Amino acid sequence: MSTKELVARTGNEAMAEAMRQINPDVVAAYPITPATEIVQLFSSFVADGLVDTEFVTVESEHSAMSACVGASAAGARVMTGTSSQGLILMAEILYIAAGVRCPIILAEVNRALSSPINIHCDHSDTMSVRDSGWIQIFSENSQEAYDNMIQAVRIGEHMDVRLPVMVTTDGFIISHGLEAISMLEDKEVQDFIGPYKAAYSLLDVGKPITVGALDFTDFYFEHRRQTAQAMENGKKVILEVGREFGEKFGRSYGFFEGYKLEDAEIALVMLGSTAGTARVAVDKLREAGVKCGLLKLRVFRPFPAVELAEALKHLKAIAVMDRSDSLSTAGGPLFTEVRSALYDLPSRPAMVNYIYGLGGRDITVADLEGIYQELQRISGGGQIQKTLQYLGVRE
Amino acid sequence: MGKLLEIRWHGRGGQGAKTGALLLGEVLVNTGKFMQAFPDYGPERMGAPMRAYNRISDEPITLHSGVTNPEVVVVLDATLLGKVDVTAGLPEDGVLIVNTPQEPGEIRKQLGLSGRKLFTIDANKISQETIGRAIPNTPMLGALVKVTGLVEYEHLITDARKTLTKKFQHKPEVIDGNIKAIERAYQEVHGE
Repeated sequence: MSTKELVARTGNEAMAEAMRQINPDVVAAYPITPATEIVQLFSSFVADGLVDTEFVTVESEHSAMSACVGASAAGARVMTGTSSQGLILMAEILYIAAGVRCPIILAEVNRALSSPINIHCDHSDTMSVRDSGWIQIFSENSQEAYDNMIQAVRIGEHMDVRLPVMVTTDGFIISHGLEAISMLEDKEVQDFIGPYKAAYSLLDVGKPITVGALDFTDFYFEHRRQTAQAMENGKKVILEVGREFGEKFGRSYGFFEGYKLEDAEIALVMLGSTAGTARVAVDKLREAGVKCGLLKLRVFRPFPAVELAEALKHLKAIAVMDRSDSLSTAGGPLFTEVRSALYDLPSRPAMVNYIYGLGGRDITVADLEGIYQELQRISGGGQIQKTLQYLGVRE
Repeated sequence: MGKLLEIRWHGRGGQGAKTGALLLGEVLVNTGKFMQAFPDYGPERMGAPMRAYNRISDEPITLHSGVTNPEVVVVLDATLLGKVDVTAGLPEDGVLIVNTPQEPGEIRKQLGLSGRKLFTIDANKISQETIGRAIPNTPMLGALVKVTGLVEYEHLITDARKTLTKKFQHKPEVIDGNIKAIERAYQEVHGE
């Protein structure tokens, strides 16, 4: 295990440093707003000769992802970064990256989508591409963002997976917030990720291949099914890589992390930085004798449904916290999937959904304590008045 | 979570309130203390009121909500007084440090302030004389460390130099001026 001096890094800096240490063959990006400074920081590493990367500047995020797909199909290790509108402008090519099985790594900062124009944190951008075939890993803080970036390379490039991976942080809260992190040595990162050897390369004239071919009723379905299988395979690889990372560097990762969950009767389920704030609420309420806990989901794609059901089955009441709204009127994307995951349990916890923090609206310890109090009421036999609620919104 | 110290910086876009908060974070990172530093982003315009924050604790900080009840408030621009509620959420025993040539008593009268501990420092004059322009963030950092005793003086100077050297590797001439500004503000800040 390495014991290192801590360094102060914002989430953006942590992700850019991970990119520097990974030293990808190609980065293609559109480094202006709505992108955060990740790619800008990386471009200075290129200019200072700290990486060997071919840095491709393009005129839009759509082109950025297109260039990434081309480079990845040619056999390169490829990374990029974006956020918000940039991610949804990429959307068309995100599906293609997954469909042609390019293990591109994307540093994504979760920010709200227009309209209205907003630059702050919510998960709408990442959720809007949840079905694209990308593995999606959320980070609570800068340390996790850094660790997740390094693991993403191993996960995406694994022969049984070969899928693109996006690692996300919460916009501003983590991306622009300075925290102390422990970084690995450059060599440790290189040893952990190893060299990339693509199974196929467009440039290998000795073994010619077609990428992105027409695929009608005869084979399209099989290819989409294979992508689903790659996601399924990804589950095993995500756990193996998270375990190995822990053995080598002292910080282990799984699909999710429980906090005081095992003996809890009520719990919150959430993604990203809010879990940190919720820990404080849990500690306060535990001191008052409330049996509460939380589950922070790290991996949203693939969705660890069976494992979640196992981890949550003993609870009496659960509130799922969604920092985006699908506008279905039946609950946010995290809620609907978590609730579905628990459907087959012989005895199910009561479940409610809170949409919160859209467009960067602050969420406080007091807000979260209020939700735990509501869960106490429900677990004590109280009626669920509203399954879906909007936290702290003016109506 | 142990005792948490929260700090709010008020400034105007371009005065370096965010950099001040980040610099404090950098200075604290190897003292064994845990810290966060983050700005409050809005439409970023030169001269527009803005805020930045620090959280400091002896234990890891997992809290990721905004700061609403800071124990210490640092005001980089006295023209904000009366226009922005700089004492919002500041408790009775909280600390207010203002960049102004005026005395603490005068500021107290101007704000109609009861309770709180007030300190003033002429950070514009100091930065003008040491750095060559009115960029009050580094002197305010010196004043803040003096008033709060967050880190040893020697550690402040050593680590601030280390951070500034990294930040200004293409502009080394400003490093000495900033260090001098921190030193002077550390000496010159005064309370009632």
